[in-house]
Amino acid sequence: MLENLKQFASEFFVTGDPLIYGADVSIGLVTIAIVAGLTYFKKWKWLWRNWLTTVDHKKIGIMYILAAIIMMFRGGVDALMMRTQLAIPNFEFLHPEHYNQVFTTHGVVMILFMAMPFMFGLFNVVVPLQIGARDVAFPYLNSLSFWLFFLGAMLFNLSFVIGGSPDAGWLSYPPLSELQFNPGPGQNFYIWGIQISGIGSLATGINFLVTIIKMRAPGMTMMKMPMFTWSVFATCVIIIFAFPILTVTLALLFLDRFGGGHFFTLDGGGNPMMYINLIWMWGHPEVYIVILPAFGIFSEVVSVFSRKKLFGYTSMVFAMMIIAFVSFFTWAHHFFTMGSGADVNAFFALSTMLIAIPTGVKIFNWLFTMYRGRIRFDLPMLWTVAFIPAFIVGGMTGVLLAVAPADFQYHNSYFLIAHFHQVLIGGVVFGYFAGMYYWWPKMFGFKLNETLGRWSFWFWNIGFYVCFMPQYLLGLMGMTRRVSTFDWDTGWGPLNVVSTVGAYLMGIAFILQAVQIAYSFKYREKDTTGDMWDAHTLEWTIPSPAPEYNFAITPVVDSRDPLWVDKQRRAAGKLPQKDAKPKYEPIHMPSNSGIPIVFSTFFFIAGFGFTFHWVWMGVLGLAGVLACLAARSMNDDEGFYIPAEEVEKTEASLRGTL
Amino acid sequence: MSKKPGSRLMFWVVLVVTVLSLALTVWALFAGSSNYAVLNPKGPIAEGQRDVIIISTILTAIVIVPTTILTFVIVWRYRDKPGRKAKYDPDFNHSNVLESIWWGIPIVVIAVLGIVTVRYTYALEPSVAIKSDKQPVVIQAVSMDWKWAFFYPEEGIAAVNTLTIPEDRPIRFELTSDAPMNSFWIPQLGGQIYTMSGMAMNLYLQADHTGKYYGSGANFSGEHFGAMNFDVNAVTESDYEAWVNKVKTESQPMTMDTYQSLAIPGTADKQYFSAFPENLFQQLVTQYLPGGLSESRQPVHTTPETQMDGK
Repeated sequence: MLENLKQFASEFFVTGDPLIYGADVSIGLVTIAIVAGLTYFKKWKWLWRNWLTTVDHKKIGIMYILAAIIMMFRGGVDALMMRTQLAIPNFEFLHPEHYNQVFTTHGVVMILFMAMPFMFGLFNVVVPLQIGARDVAFPYLNSLSFWLFFLGAMLFNLSFVIGGSPDAGWLSYPPLSELQFNPGPGQNFYIWGIQISGIGSLATGINFLVTIIKMRAPGMTMMKMPMFTWSVFATCVIIIFAFPILTVTLALLFLDRFGGGHFFTLDGGGNPMMYINLIWMWGHPEVYIVILPAFGIFSEVVSVFSRKKLFGYTSMVFAMMIIAFVSFFTWAHHFFTMGSGADVNAFFALSTMLIAIPTGVKIFNWLFTMYRGRIRFDLPMLWTVAFIPAFIVGGMTGVLLAVAPADFQYHNSYFLIAHFHQVLIGGVVFGYFAGMYYWWPKMFGFKLNETLGRWSFWFWNIGFYVCFMPQYLLGLMGMTRRVSTFDWDTGWGPLNVVSTVGAYLMGIAFILQAVQIAYSFKYREKDTTGDMWDAHTLEWTIPSPAPEYNFAITPVVDSRDPLWVDKQRRAAGKLPQKDAKPKYEPIHMPSNSGIPIVFSTFFFIAGFGFTFHWVWMGVLGLAGVLACLAARSMNDDEGFYIPAEEVEKTEASLRGTL
Repeated sequence: MSKKPGSRLMFWVVLVVTVLSLALTVWALFAGSSNYAVLNPKGPIAEGQRDVIIISTILTAIVIVPTTILTFVIVWRYRDKPGRKAKYDPDFNHSNVLESIWWGIPIVVIAVLGIVTVRYTYALEPSVAIKSDKQPVVIQAVSMDWKWAFFYPEEGIAAVNTLTIPEDRPIRFELTSDAPMNSFWIPQLGGQIYTMSGMAMNLYLQADHTGKYYGSGANFSGEHFGAMNFDVNAVTESDYEAWVNKVKTESQPMTMDTYQSLAIPGTADKQYFSAFPENLFQQLVTQYLPGGLSESRQPVHTTPETQMDGK
């Protein structure tokens, strides 16, 4: 009996690696510290009421961003481990098996559990405020989306200490990801972790599309929407068409592994090519899903900090919608080298290059927004300005990769690695940082420290170029991705050293950012204006942080930059300096709900059960999911009203006008 | 940079870190390999690919370089500072002429690049034979866990993890996999093509010069895929014949059993075989069809850990 238990434990828990033991200990200590802290300060009830069961889009947004930053730490540590391993030829820091797990985890975590939640966090914080709405269309669903994402991400991360991490690459091509070559539970963690959080992503896409279509303030026509809202609109359309493909693809892979299916196996008539087509039909639009909101952020920031209206608004909207549409017709450029033939390759090369046209237009429009402006270099603008050259180079190498006959030489090489990191960091991460710094005062009511932010900015930017520029050259030397080591005689050593130094500079930058957040929190100066940046759009007309009902009076809009225009009208004496005292009305609010977190926990249990082929546990989890659905359906809670007097009191205290 | 506490220190730190990084990069450029394999082609296919890389780089640079310069000029000229002379015009936010120009420029550049791309796509299609008055050599390449097997059906010999080819004569590689998919890449001879189970794909390459070139398995296929690189020895026609004869006389033949033990996951050293089972490549390609080879083979992946570290 004891022997059986020992045997089970040694397979169940990941053993044998000092790094893992270190991680086990630190995870254990952090968990104990959190539990003890919450108990000591009697914060359990506070946590449950204010955060875990909240349906307030602003709090959900903050939780998304917090989770994203933690995941950026995890993915970043993975990146540093890889760069350490590659710093010296024939280095034996990570065994190849471990290295494969690390790069697989790095990719999945950074795209799905860092970029996606960061993006959803910004959606949540900004979109309802920017369109003058009191919440999203489906607040309960919004909470469910978050918890599905969060527990999906936790399930995936659990593989680090239990069962073993997936090691077949971030897109897990079969046959390598099939049972025959990958019998362990790692690949099941991958399927279930992504599957559960993917349902949340799809729901968020639907939620925000409906919110934008149905809940805009009176007067805000589609062509008067702020550009960030437009980018969210475009992204949601892509999500709704792309994520179901991912769900189906992973479900089929699961059937192969769990039910003996033959969709993508070598034998039984299966075809791995089918998976590769399907996963990229999701995977390529996915990169536009994460980049379009960054474009939206840059559009907001560049106009506010140049003190100008955005240049070429209509062009921008069309450019974005063209990108969203064409993004579905480029997927095969990920496998020009799989023998599709010249006809197919030519088509997908051209469709890919087509994307460069609207993207180029956007760059010019940003430049000409700055032209004849008065540019202030606060942190959001610094990141925006840094983005432009980074993205010009990354975009250029993207076009080069799209040239199909040349791609036979770039494919799978470090040239490709350099390209997509340049657009994903230089575009997406820089964009989300710009957004985080820009909307931070709206979330928390204070600015992040400027000086520490600049330190971090410079380390990020230097590290970024030092890390990735050498990788273009390494690619041209023939170094392929995912190799865990190489010989001295390849001559790739020195440039790899440079690249590793760059990675560590970015690591320092991340630490500086963490310090910046802690320092700014400690020495925060409360914002009393609600409009710290002299901004243009509706979210800055209300106090920071916004009250739970957002807008006491629903705003009426007659221009693209309502706040900016109002400020001009006030200055010209066309509007009174202070609004007349409004007549407040009771505000209808949705009730908090504990169902989403319980629902998602049952999904987690189901995923964990199927990961280990414990059918009883899987069925139990799914039964819990059904029970939660039923409980929600039986729920007649219509929400509650905040009385007009209370709204008046809150507004008076927040705006300092009694 | 605005006068903020710490800005002088920040300036110097940023400067020093930048200069040190640049110095390190310059050192690396001289200390490391000077063989940019992709830009140093040794055969017609790689040459064509090198040309299209250079053409496309120049075409895109025509847009990229001025845009980058323009970025710096605009950011510098319109920065906010007291007493600035540059014009401030907050309502300048639309211009049909300007917007037509920057819809137009990328359209023209992409149109030109598109024409170049399509022409080269057809010209360099890897499954089309290279024009030559010599008969191509046929080599069948099989990616395995984690080694390459090369069969020379006309010569009747085989090799593992090493490739010898005659110079100045087209080679027709027939590619398949007997493991997760991989990719066959010899950068100095030409771009890669995937090896996939259950199908055979053609890749024509040619070496115009004798020499030793680096070849690799470019696509991740599991634990030790990083060990799947191999030398390509391009030799003169007469040396090639001598090498074939040497392998035929001095090496052991590969039997089906030899092949099966080679298929066990693990790394392998260079090996030569004087013969190999007839039609082995065809049998591997069709092994998953009803009655195919896979039905009679033991699944080799059930106990991967026990066979590790052959090196």
